[in-house]
Amino acid sequence: MRRSSLVGVLQETSFYGAVAFFFVLAAFPFYWMLITSFKTNADLYNVNVTPFWFHDPPTLEHFRYLFDKTLFATWLLNSLIIGVCVTAITLVTALPAAYSLARMTGRNGEALGIGIFLTYLVPPTLLFLPLSRVIVDLGLQNSLWSLVVVYPTFTIPFCTWLLMGFFKALPVEIEEAAIVDGCSLFGAFVKMAIPLSLPGILTVVIFTFTLTLQEFVYALTFISAADQKPITLGVATDLVRGDVFFWGEIMAGALIASVPVAIAYNLFLDRFIGGITGGAVK
Amino acid sequence: MAAVVTRDIVKTFGEVPAVNGISLNVPNGEFMVLLGPSGCGKTTFLRIICGLERQTSGDLLIGGDLVNDMPPRARGVAMMFQSYGLYPHFTVRNNIAFPLKTQGIPGAEISKKVEWASQLLGIGHLLDRRPRQLSGGERQRVALARALVRQPTALLLDEPLSNLDAKLRTSARQEIKQFQQRVGVTTIYVTHDQVEAMGMGDRIAVIDRGQVRQVGTPSEIYNDPADRFVATFVGAPPMNIVARNGGYLGFRPENFLPKDMVKDMVKDAAFTEFQFRVDRSEYLGSERIVYGVLEGFDTNEVVTAKLPPVHVAEAWIRPGEWHPFAVRDAALRHFGNDGKRTSRH
Repeated sequence: MRRSSLVGVLQETSFYGAVAFFFVLAAFPFYWMLITSFKTNADLYNVNVTPFWFHDPPTLEHFRYLFDKTLFATWLLNSLIIGVCVTAITLVTALPAAYSLARMTGRNGEALGIGIFLTYLVPPTLLFLPLSRVIVDLGLQNSLWSLVVVYPTFTIPFCTWLLMGFFKALPVEIEEAAIVDGCSLFGAFVKMAIPLSLPGILTVVIFTFTLTLQEFVYALTFISAADQKPITLGVATDLVRGDVFFWGEIMAGALIASVPVAIAYNLFLDRFIGGITGGAVK
Repeated sequence: MAAVVTRDIVKTFGEVPAVNGISLNVPNGEFMVLLGPSGCGKTTFLRIICGLERQTSGDLLIGGDLVNDMPPRARGVAMMFQSYGLYPHFTVRNNIAFPLKTQGIPGAEISKKVEWASQLLGIGHLLDRRPRQLSGGERQRVALARALVRQPTALLLDEPLSNLDAKLRTSARQEIKQFQQRVGVTTIYVTHDQVEAMGMGDRIAVIDRGQVRQVGTPSEIYNDPADRFVATFVGAPPMNIVARNGGYLGFRPENFLPKDMVKDMVKDAAFTEFQFRVDRSEYLGSERIVYGVLEGFDTNEVVTAKLPPVHVAEAWIRPGEWHPFAVRDAALRHFGNDGKRTSRH
């Protein structure tokens, strides 16, 4: 009896121990970013105190610096413009592509879908060389619009593959019923397939937006003008001068950029998980 | 409402023929049942009629018009799918109204017609619900209302009762049949369930391997099967078939009775006698099914007798015993080596 209760306690402890370990692993970088962005510089660089909590009262000086002394608001707006445009381009392209691959190409569709997905795996460090020629030919060098052109090259393949799983999971009878009831094929796609794939579309929106927000290599390659930079590039290049890192400002910038995404993830968490798994197993 | 006529319809998927030359004439207002085993091509044939599949060759006429090249929406037919195909993101009202909206019918008229269809099927109280909030029987009615609301030229039903439990299926069968008679719409109903086919169809087309084996009224199909396939596919238990004189002899289990019973029944009419060895018997309440073999025939040919249990006590038919059985000659069916009927008796 005592032995079995001891085993129970050990099981509970190891379970919660494991949960606590992964929680700390996931949450610590965010926590570090949070407290760093509100610490005074004196507190931040004081090596004689434990760095995990405030020793001076919290301050907003890093946020003020960001908005008063840098182009942070412009970078934020640039990231937003790039994110919205790339998401729109990805949806407009990936939705019909995924639908036709899922419904109209039979077994070949599966192979084509995997083929398209494989292009997502080509690293940007290889692709930026040929893409830089394309950007120059289009006259988009040193402009945020170069990223609007380049980012869909990796968002569309992945999102097409993701949405294919969604469309396959939809009962085909619903679209066929709509076709018999008077819709064209395109009408059935717009009125039935799209509304019923909303969790998948939401997943694509969050995924695309997050990818564009965190992308660095292409931004660094194609843009050097400060007022054209997205937030990742602006924060990393203009807040690191020589070997001086403006840690408070860098973390404040990262915090502002990540909080809206974190809120969006949490609001749609259930649908997002449904989106990822629905696309994965079907 | 219109007649549906098909002429030598063929449909192949790659090298595999799914429909192999079906010619069928369904007159205006008739309830035609397509009966056949799974994979026989009946659903493909239905999908060709509604336009979801294009036939490889052959002609399709609806209301006298050749509709081979018409898209589904222009054919004016309605289809009810096996899984109903209700629109899950619409309310019942919008589900029923959808075929009218796509035709651009004015809102006031749509409301009137939705009201008419929902009253007809007794689902007026469900109009503001969504499909997931309905039971199987209610969903089936909504699907039927949606199919009928625009008064289609023909109503196509693809195994609509297969998702219902056995009890509900019986009442739904009744409802669909009564409803069809009231509205008078030309109906083509696909099923693999012979009870549905016999109970509902004005006529039945028995299909096997993409071909029509026989078209006829339920009684013609049951009593005068055109070949061995129809004879053994329709009826539970199926018709007994035994090899004799280079051909085959068939008789229904309910006509294979103890000799004394047959003698009493037929008076002066002729009958054929068999020696029947009982192997096994099943008591099913209203009947007793007895399995065995006939003397002088192949012992692999299991013969079934369907006996009224009140007349045949269990003690009378023990496994291993031989009994004199008989079939009225009028109930015997003869088939040739190729499986086709050779004579009426």
